[in-house]
Amino acid sequence: MPDSQYYKSLHRSMAITVVLVSLMPLALITLIGGYQYTEIYKAKVMDHLEEIVRKHEQNIDSYLLEKVGEIRVLSDTMGPECFRDENKLETLHKSLMTRHGGDFVDLGLINSQGIQVAYSGPFRLGLADYSTAEWFRQVKKRKVYISDVFLGLRGIPHFIIAVLFESGGKEWVLRTTIDFVSFNELVENISIGRTGLAFIINERGEFQTKPRIDLSAEVPFLKELLRKATAGGKSATPFSGKRVSDMVVSTIGPNPLTGQETIFLSTPLKQGDWLLVYQQDSVDAFSDLSHTRNLALIVLLIGVVAITFVAFYLSKRMVKRIVAADKEKEMMNEQVIEAGRLASLGELAAGIAHEINNPVAIMVEEAGWVQDLLAEGLDKEGNMDETKRALVQIRTQGSRCREITHKLLSFARMIDPTTMELQLNELVEEIIGLSSQRTKYAAVQVETELDPALPTIAASPSEMQQVLLNLVNNAVDAMEKDGGTLTITTKRDRDDVLMTVADTGCGIPKANIQRLFDPFFTTKPVGKGTGLGLSIIYGIINKMNGEISVNSAVDVGTAFTVRIPSAAKSGLPAEADGGNKG
Amino acid sequence: MDIRLLLIDDEEDFARAVARRLAKRGVRVDLAFGGEEGLARLDESPADVVVLDMKMPGMSGLEALRTVRERHPLVEVVLLTGHASMESAREGMRLGAFDYLLKPCEFDTLLGKIREAAERKREQEDKIREARSRREGTERESA
Repeated sequence: MPDSQYYKSLHRSMAITVVLVSLMPLALITLIGGYQYTEIYKAKVMDHLEEIVRKHEQNIDSYLLEKVGEIRVLSDTMGPECFRDENKLETLHKSLMTRHGGDFVDLGLINSQGIQVAYSGPFRLGLADYSTAEWFRQVKKRKVYISDVFLGLRGIPHFIIAVLFESGGKEWVLRTTIDFVSFNELVENISIGRTGLAFIINERGEFQTKPRIDLSAEVPFLKELLRKATAGGKSATPFSGKRVSDMVVSTIGPNPLTGQETIFLSTPLKQGDWLLVYQQDSVDAFSDLSHTRNLALIVLLIGVVAITFVAFYLSKRMVKRIVAADKEKEMMNEQVIEAGRLASLGELAAGIAHEINNPVAIMVEEAGWVQDLLAEGLDKEGNMDETKRALVQIRTQGSRCREITHKLLSFARMIDPTTMELQLNELVEEIIGLSSQRTKYAAVQVETELDPALPTIAASPSEMQQVLLNLVNNAVDAMEKDGGTLTITTKRDRDDVLMTVADTGCGIPKANIQRLFDPFFTTKPVGKGTGLGLSIIYGIINKMNGEISVNSAVDVGTAFTVRIPSAAKSGLPAEADGGNKG
Repeated sequence: MDIRLLLIDDEEDFARAVARRLAKRGVRVDLAFGGEEGLARLDESPADVVVLDMKMPGMSGLEALRTVRERHPLVEVVLLTGHASMESAREGMRLGAFDYLLKPCEFDTLLGKIREAAERKREQEDKIREARSRREGTERESA
């Protein structure tokens, strides 16, 4: 029976194996699936954001184009004389205001010297001189100009759209101020999650819309972003033309303001003068993802805990079963050994009965002979002497019977399975005595070479008898056909006892050597052998931490060698009664 | 009635004791203590009945029986067997033994069997003689 340590390690290795095997696919699925899902989800989110940014870029661009378009239509269709008329200008302006939701704050006409010659709007600007203004210089150059957002002369954020047109060989500029608020709403309405927001900055890093939160700290970073965005070459499309390429650039990086990882999407507006930027913390943008990831992790964790628990619980139960099975096996083994013992005892008993038969038969005949003599009368010549002889013979044969029964009794007395210290040599002598009848009829010579200085061994006498008896019986069986020599040798080998039982019989074929110690393996005909003898021996020797080996050559003979640790080595507790002879 | 008996048994003391008692009852007993020895004795001096122990070292009883049946087909054989060798006793009957007795057997039973066997041998011999004389008669008549 293996010790508890063995079962503990069995339990551990079982549980760990089950855990590993179960967790491996779980972990792989979680990792691979999670990774794929994350990537796909991130890509989808980015696509979605890009789409939003692109849409807004289109919205803003088309808003600006529309406004520019409006003004150009005016400048194309109405001559400067029309704008110079304040009343007419006011009518125009009012019409624009009502039809375009109050975007056009004012309308003004400026001559080529930069002097405003007509004006309609809330501010009484009169003949303002714009010749030095930036927008005026730009419009002279570009014909159409949309300014950055500025506070202007009136401290209110707005931007200017100016259009240059020619009339009567003179250049005029039609100028309008666009209400910044409604434009700002376009961008400000982009708000996703907690941190998603959009804004517009110009090349100098000035905000063109008012972001929800103060982002002034981000400006240097945004400038860099702008530089990158426009490095790909400014959009060649003027506002009048179609948009050719979308220029949405996305970067994910730490936000210098918050230190959080942030998604930046940017696209140039207004031919690269402005940059529409959308930014959102990654955590926020991918919040659903982290929810999912947390859920997956929780499930994984619960799985791990459950699998571990179940694995340990199940393997504990399995080990319990194994322990029970081992116990049962142990008991079965003992029963088999007992059965084997009984079988060999039966064989032995048959031999002994046979042995007793002869002296009994002699006694019966001699007694009958005495009766014959008595019937004749003892006074007849020689009858008295003959009677005396017969009686002596009867006594002799009687004591022969007694000896035989003594042998058997001593054998039967040793059915005690407890381990004790015993001298193997004595056991060998005894078994040879018991088997003498068998060996005689099988024409087997028995030779012994017993080491007189043989140390004692710690063994159960009955089990050792079993071992010897089976080995001797096998040897005799092997030589039954034409006799031979059985040699039993014992000798000391360091701290072990070596016993060899050798015969000169038929030997064992190579093919059978492998299966020699298997239970129920026998070459004897049905009813002759159980195939248990050697497996029982093997079990007994193994239990004593001994070894059994076999050497055999077909038609030459077989030698079984048993190595048993001496009593001193196996540390038998000292017995009060060292021997076991009764 | 004079019976010539050959007793083959490896147990000398037993064989002698039985031989003594048989001799008292007018059986002429020859002893042999092994198969080969018995066969040799049988070749030297004829016997009516052979009492044969089945279990002997060396040549087994069955082999001895087989040889006896071959060489001396008229000799009746009574087998002595132990419980362990019942199978060989049956085999012996197939080989044409007269009968078998379980050891240890009653002396009177053994004696009875020996007499029966001797009787049967006589009958056989008479039949053979008759047949032979009849054949000789027919031969003489035809001559």
